[in-house]
Amino acid sequence: MASKVAAPAFFDSSIMRRAILDAFVKLNPQTLMRNPVIFVTEVVSVVVAAFFVRDLIAHNGNALFSGQIAAWLWFTVLFANFAEAVAEGRGKAQADSLRRMRSDTRAKRLKDARSGASAFDSINALDLRVGDLVLVEAGDVIPSDGDVIEGIASVNESAITGESAPVIRESGGDRCAVTGGTTVLSDWIKVRITAAPGSTFLDRMIALVEGAERQRTPNELALSILLSGLTIIFLIVCVTLWAFASYSGAALSVTVLIALLVCLIPTTIGGLLSAIGIAGMNRLIRFNVVATSGRAVEAAGDVDTLLLDKTGTITFGNRMATEFVPTSGVPERVLAEAVLMASLADETPEGRSIIALAKSKYALSEPDISKDNAQVFPFSAQTRISGVDVGGRSLRKGAVDAILALVGLTQAEAPADFRQAVDRIARTGGTPLAVAEGQRLLGVIHLKDIVKPDIKERFAALRAMGIKTVMVTGDNPVTAAAIASEAGVDDFLAQATPEDKLAYIRKEQQGGRLIAMCGDGTNDAPALAQADVGVAMQTGTQAAREAGNMVDLDSDPTKLIEIVEIGKQLLMTRGSLTTFSIANDVAKYFAIIPALFISAYPELQSLNVMRLASSNSAILSAVIFNALIIIALIPLALRGVAYRPVGAAALLRRNLLIYGLGGIIVPFVGIKIIDVIVSILHLA
Amino acid sequence: MTIVGWLQIFFVLAAVVACAIPISSYIANVLDRKRTFLTPVLAPVERGFYKLAGVDPAREQGWVAYTMAMLAFSVVGFLTLYAVQRLQNVFPLNPQGFDPVAPDLAFNTSISFITNTNWQNYGGETTMSHLVQMLGLTVHNFVSAATGLAMAWALVRAFARSEATTIGNFWVDLTRSVLYLLLPISVIGALVLVFCGVPQTLLGSIDATTLEGAKQTISLGPVASQEFIKEMGTNGGGFFNANSTHPFENPNIWSNIVEIWAILVIPVASVLAFGRSIGDQRQGRAILVTMGILLLVGVLVVYWSEAAGNPILTALGVDPAQGNLEGKELRFGNALTALFATGTTGTSTGAVNAMHDSFMPLAGMIPMFNMLAGCIWPGGVGAGLYGFLVVAIIAVFVAGLMVGRTPEYLGKKIETREMKLAMLAVLIYPLVVLGFSAASVLLQGTLDPDGNWLTNAGPHGLSEIIYAFASQNANNGSAFGGLSGNNLWFNTTGGLAMFFGRFAYVIPVLALAGSLAAKKKVPASVGTFPTHGALFVGLLIGVIIILYLLQYFPALALGPVVEHFLMLGGKTF
Repeated sequence: MASKVAAPAFFDSSIMRRAILDAFVKLNPQTLMRNPVIFVTEVVSVVVAAFFVRDLIAHNGNALFSGQIAAWLWFTVLFANFAEAVAEGRGKAQADSLRRMRSDTRAKRLKDARSGASAFDSINALDLRVGDLVLVEAGDVIPSDGDVIEGIASVNESAITGESAPVIRESGGDRCAVTGGTTVLSDWIKVRITAAPGSTFLDRMIALVEGAERQRTPNELALSILLSGLTIIFLIVCVTLWAFASYSGAALSVTVLIALLVCLIPTTIGGLLSAIGIAGMNRLIRFNVVATSGRAVEAAGDVDTLLLDKTGTITFGNRMATEFVPTSGVPERVLAEAVLMASLADETPEGRSIIALAKSKYALSEPDISKDNAQVFPFSAQTRISGVDVGGRSLRKGAVDAILALVGLTQAEAPADFRQAVDRIARTGGTPLAVAEGQRLLGVIHLKDIVKPDIKERFAALRAMGIKTVMVTGDNPVTAAAIASEAGVDDFLAQATPEDKLAYIRKEQQGGRLIAMCGDGTNDAPALAQADVGVAMQTGTQAAREAGNMVDLDSDPTKLIEIVEIGKQLLMTRGSLTTFSIANDVAKYFAIIPALFISAYPELQSLNVMRLASSNSAILSAVIFNALIIIALIPLALRGVAYRPVGAAALLRRNLLIYGLGGIIVPFVGIKIIDVIVSILHLA
Repeated sequence: MTIVGWLQIFFVLAAVVACAIPISSYIANVLDRKRTFLTPVLAPVERGFYKLAGVDPAREQGWVAYTMAMLAFSVVGFLTLYAVQRLQNVFPLNPQGFDPVAPDLAFNTSISFITNTNWQNYGGETTMSHLVQMLGLTVHNFVSAATGLAMAWALVRAFARSEATTIGNFWVDLTRSVLYLLLPISVIGALVLVFCGVPQTLLGSIDATTLEGAKQTISLGPVASQEFIKEMGTNGGGFFNANSTHPFENPNIWSNIVEIWAILVIPVASVLAFGRSIGDQRQGRAILVTMGILLLVGVLVVYWSEAAGNPILTALGVDPAQGNLEGKELRFGNALTALFATGTTGTSTGAVNAMHDSFMPLAGMIPMFNMLAGCIWPGGVGAGLYGFLVVAIIAVFVAGLMVGRTPEYLGKKIETREMKLAMLAVLIYPLVVLGFSAASVLLQGTLDPDGNWLTNAGPHGLSEIIYAFASQNANNGSAFGGLSGNNLWFNTTGGLAMFFGRFAYVIPVLALAGSLAAKKKVPASVGTFPTHGALFVGLLIGVIIILYLLQYFPALALGPVVEHFLMLGGKTF
């Protein structure tokens, strides 16, 4: 697996400097309008600042108070801007290095499309258009995204994936796609450009990590509406309170009403909302997954069904030998020796696993057959047999019926224990390989799909999250069922064709479920496009990468599970901070309402449960708490609320306790502490 | 508080729940257009109505058509009711020879009855002819309740259906609610009240000679028939000005019990019927438990506060054992008065068997808070259910996020459009109640230079104004007695408050129904958080309390809360 992009430290000084500057730039009301809660805060901050200036000029003794309120209201806005800027800043550093890669590249544009022609112009990569042909030779950087139409080359894609091992790119088939910004290490290729300038994979990645073209996602929008609605409600509350107060014989100043308003409207979540969204995308990027939209990340949290390819995800890619079963009369060790010899020239992973088993279980050493004038028979699809002739012995292994035909037996004539062993292996999902020496049947090799060690626990965790796992495999139903039960998936799709996959996705979606899958081949593209979350492998074809809404740079299909968790974490962080923000209001009321009516109704001091020093210090403390809590929660917003796969009810209980109850209690304590400090410093 | 008092309360509530269970399955059948035991008798009548009105009962409506039908019906209802009042002197059945009702009062009363509010700025026995009472007011007691039920089922169907374009037929829902549900129970209920001693006659009044030899005119009329539907349709407009404190409306403890039962039974049954109609009875039960807890806490506060008596009087040497008896009927006692007051404001009934104005400040705050929250535990006929579901949607939205999924309620995803509509509906209440109340206190000096509006000063006066708008906005209709509402300002603003409280709320709700109906129903999984357990009940209570407390904390603090603290200091208003 590739090295993950390290998370920058929270208080990385270069990011901080830039973020502080950006916090001021973001005060521009035109951009702030996108965030109604903070926009309202900015507008009323201007009003209070104006009152502060009036108080200064009028020398009415209120300037210290209104000045401090104005300052803390501005801090509230700046802190909210700062939260967003920090979240963006963490992506910008990465974007800058990507951008350098893009702008320096030169392209060798071919003048002639004919094969063999090699005359080219050297132009800037940014001037390439769709359909241009370019030549890329060893040491060149591939100038833009495209398909290889001629040649084969090894390519270093570490600039994009962080994976330093080179990959092979060649014309035709599933390995023809190349990405701009990667480097050809050897040989040469001709590439037809498929991406317009500004929309290459690299460009998309830069935009994503920067959060530049970030659009608000559907859920973020719905939450914004809730927050805007609450803001309007509290505006009504504060405006009408002025009337009720004057009825009650208390003249409230605009400054204190605005202080109350800002304390009540959900500035905490309003200020952190976009930072949470950006941080969610960045978390994904740190996992080396690039999502084409925030919508896809949200959808990941909602996924009900995961479609997982068996090979590579649930099992190691290759079958491995797990036992040798001799026919009666053949000592087990003789069989082991024979298969070891027969597999020496077999370079396939299965062959190597046979050698490994023979050496480890039977303590055999690897004989050197090179000097024995051995003749190797490689596996062919026609004979379905491979083997070696050495030292007068003729050793063969292969498909059971092919070997039986070789030794001149029918199914029925094969020895009973041989038949039983073959049946047993097939029934449990393994693949039996028969072994023969000359005309003599020696036994069976049990090749098995090895299920990855901790995959069963991961599926159990998914089940606890309410997510169904479906294994997709080309195996026959018997084999598939055996592996499915061993891996603990909920369902499987055997002998699956791309059409089957697509049909299965459609059927699940018809039932209202959201599906995630990953794929790499061109024939996966329709299913990737149909799935709600389609994760294409970076090693996959251009078609697959276009069809999916995420690209996994490590090409690791098990990552679907992390992607789901990141999606859930994103929504949970929003929900928890919203709850916290609203719950905070209870304490603020208890601080401010008695303070407002201290002269009209001294009896309301009974509601001053925090015993705050004076009415001015109560109001000031609530405003200060309201501003500081944004800063205090930035790390949580960026990190995200911890996700545990424990089922919805338990998760809700836990989060309600922490962020709901905690949200009620924390400000009581916080405001009291600030009040003590304020009165010690004689600030109010 | 006494054990007998609590036994009375639990006996009535147990009777409500016991009857609501069978009635709930009946309601579900009526509104889901299934066969009921009355079908053989009523189906021909039902068909006759459709034929007469030219309605095709098989054709369903989308939310726009459904809303239009509801609005058209309400507008026609408003106009005819207004006309009948203004022309009552030329129509028959006016034995006392009343003059036409004043225009602003007729406006207020008409809106009041089409919106199921039954705010009484009029005194029934001294203003309205029998024709107005029977053809005007009693008819609307039925159809405004049926309209509420129809709108609720539009929303219920939206949850029950998947990818549907229609949410039912308003005319069918209205007809069936009246014909199958409200009329049959009312006939029986009215007879029970007659049996309890409530008069039912077309006589105007009788003259009696008292023991002292004085002449007394005693108003009479078709009281029992209107009384029962007044409670059961969560209407609340009494035949007499004194409402259910009047001995002819509510003569004894038995009629009192029947009336409390009638107030609560349909709202409770319709919540359970909601569970049946969406095919998951646990959902209805969870909501009912939530409503029940909120109602009982209210009963507890009122009962406790009233039974403790007035500390100022206690200090003067009055025995506190009887509790606070100002404004109460001795024949009902503190326990059933507490239940009546909480029930009538927990639903949108607004009938009163005691003067809420005379309650202790904290006890008076409970009816006020119930109405500020929109009368949704258990709510008016239909109106309570849809009102509560809107709040549930908001609660589920926040909670759903906390479990890491796009929030969904009953298999329907709550997305931007749903949030928009839910917030639009919820915004109406503070806007209307706080807006009109603030305008009233600001304009008081100008519009009411002689100080006729309020009989009480200070925080109690503020409570009276806020109570009035909360009551009308929530379509409740009960009043804090000290406010003189029959003037141009309160008749007009009150009428608008009732209008917005009903229609500005329900139009977004019907749009919400349209939007939800069109959605695919998502099957529940372990990852969906269950909306039928104790956790959900707790969540709903928390969200409701915090949501409404935050909206009304300042207003309540300056009204009943400070009045309470002032009273402890020996000051009254």
